[in-house]
Amino acid sequence: MSTRRRLRPALGFLLIVAILLVGWEAAKLLAGDPWRFPDYGFYWDPPLRWKPVNDLNLPHLWTIFGAFWELDAKGETYLSSLIGAAFFTARESALGFALGTGVGLGLAIVLIHVKVLERGLVPLLVASQTVPIIAIAPVVVVGLRAGWFGVAIVATYLTFFPVTIAAIRGMRSADPRAFELMRSYAAGRRTVLRKLRLPASPPYLFTAFKIAATASVVGAIVGEFPAGIRDGLGGALLQAMQYYSFSPQDLWAAIAACAALGIVAFLLVVTAERIALRGYRPTEDGARA
Amino acid sequence: MTDSQTDTVVQLSGVSKVFEGRGQKAARVEALSGIDLSVRRGEFISLIGPSGCGKSTLLRIVGDLIGVSDGTVMVNGKLAREARLAREYGMVFQAPVLFDWRTVQRNVELPLEIIGRPKQEREARAREMLALVELGDFAGHHPWQLSGGMQQRAAIARALALDPAILLMDEPFGALDEMTRERMNLELLRIWERTATTVIFVTHSIPEAVFLSTRVVVMSARPGRITKIVPIDLPRHRDVETREMEHYFELITEVRESLRGSEGEAVDPRRVAAEGLSA
Repeated sequence: MSTRRRLRPALGFLLIVAILLVGWEAAKLLAGDPWRFPDYGFYWDPPLRWKPVNDLNLPHLWTIFGAFWELDAKGETYLSSLIGAAFFTARESALGFALGTGVGLGLAIVLIHVKVLERGLVPLLVASQTVPIIAIAPVVVVGLRAGWFGVAIVATYLTFFPVTIAAIRGMRSADPRAFELMRSYAAGRRTVLRKLRLPASPPYLFTAFKIAATASVVGAIVGEFPAGIRDGLGGALLQAMQYYSFSPQDLWAAIAACAALGIVAFLLVVTAERIALRGYRPTEDGARA
Repeated sequence: MTDSQTDTVVQLSGVSKVFEGRGQKAARVEALSGIDLSVRRGEFISLIGPSGCGKSTLLRIVGDLIGVSDGTVMVNGKLAREARLAREYGMVFQAPVLFDWRTVQRNVELPLEIIGRPKQEREARAREMLALVELGDFAGHHPWQLSGGMQQRAAIARALALDPAILLMDEPFGALDEMTRERMNLELLRIWERTATTVIFVTHSIPEAVFLSTRVVVMSARPGRITKIVPIDLPRHRDVETREMEHYFELITEVRESLRGSEGEAVDPRRVAAEGLSA
């Protein structure tokens, strides 16, 4: 594949980000607070007034960008402390993702073989997912003595469900005649699982992994709140929220760091998908990639 | 005739199959009734009949993919279930049912993997089977990279990998175009001659049934019964010229007339005529 075709999606992404950033400043130019930049001799009074885009809600992009370079008490830039926090949170969410994938797959394998359980357990699983994570997090985190491992469990809680649903679907996706074929070879359940059900599921699983990857980041961040962990992005968000009324750009910078971590997690899954699904029949989506 | 040619591979006695409808509205369907049939080793038997005559059901009963409601099915002197557990069957469906994620070679290895043959033996056997169906050059391809006819050939190679006592084929060429189908018929005969395997073959096509078979079993619908068995006394070795023999056409006519005479769903005479002409 040519480099140009591989770069195209990245260019599209950058273009959209650029449009959003320009839109952000354009809104401020039209309806934000007055622009006062004596250093550059630039003064501008927007013709309209719209509260949501004032400097407190949407700081100027350069103000947010500038926040990255502010030094804290230890002489460290905010950017480098956010990167450190992102690595800390990434560790929690990676463990959460791994555990969630394992639990999700295991659960699906059990459910597919025990029909009674499927009928009884799936409604409970659905119920478990309607309970807001913020309500569950203290139970888990306090129960596990507030360590980063407890936070990973919160991430697991958000991760396993899409994996279970997709795995059940994937393991049933093969042609009914493929199951007849296995029966004609007198293949046992375990062989059918290993040779047919599991290898048939990755195209479905990876869709769930994409959801799970971002969900595990959210779970890890939210899990840090009740744990009182200060080392991760959740801690950084909490701190920035406290100073929001006079330094909103810190919160925006922290949000940008969270978003970046989510995107990285997603891209890792997309890359793994591309490698793992090489032997599979290309879909419309795969043919483009 | 030697013993091995005369002994019976499949013995069906008084086989019937009723699908019990579930719920109040669902009807009870009598799919097969009073089926007696015995198949000798090395025979090529075609099952032909109108849609809904239970020919696929009968094939699945022989392969123990579904059970009987009444009667017995013996395969190689064993009950069908025992024969299945002894891996005496090779199945080929209308769709190739190859596994996308495996290469053609690894698809053919699948049954050998399931019975736990060592890697080297598996690879050698799969290569041999692929050579037999003339797919040797495509061993490393994935199924979806091949044409429909090639995929079906790979499915045949897979079915033959375990050297089954009996090959069960459910409309294997039904989804192929007429030209590919005729070529596949010739290839199947060549494979059959070389492997001396016993074949039960379900088809909709009268010319195909006559061209391939040693006997054609004509079935009627609701309930599915055997109305007639037409012995095909063409020379055992058949090729393109067989399709131009007068006796071939006579046999086609005979099968067609037994189909028309059979009760149940009428066969569209135009379709039969068209098939006769294209043969």
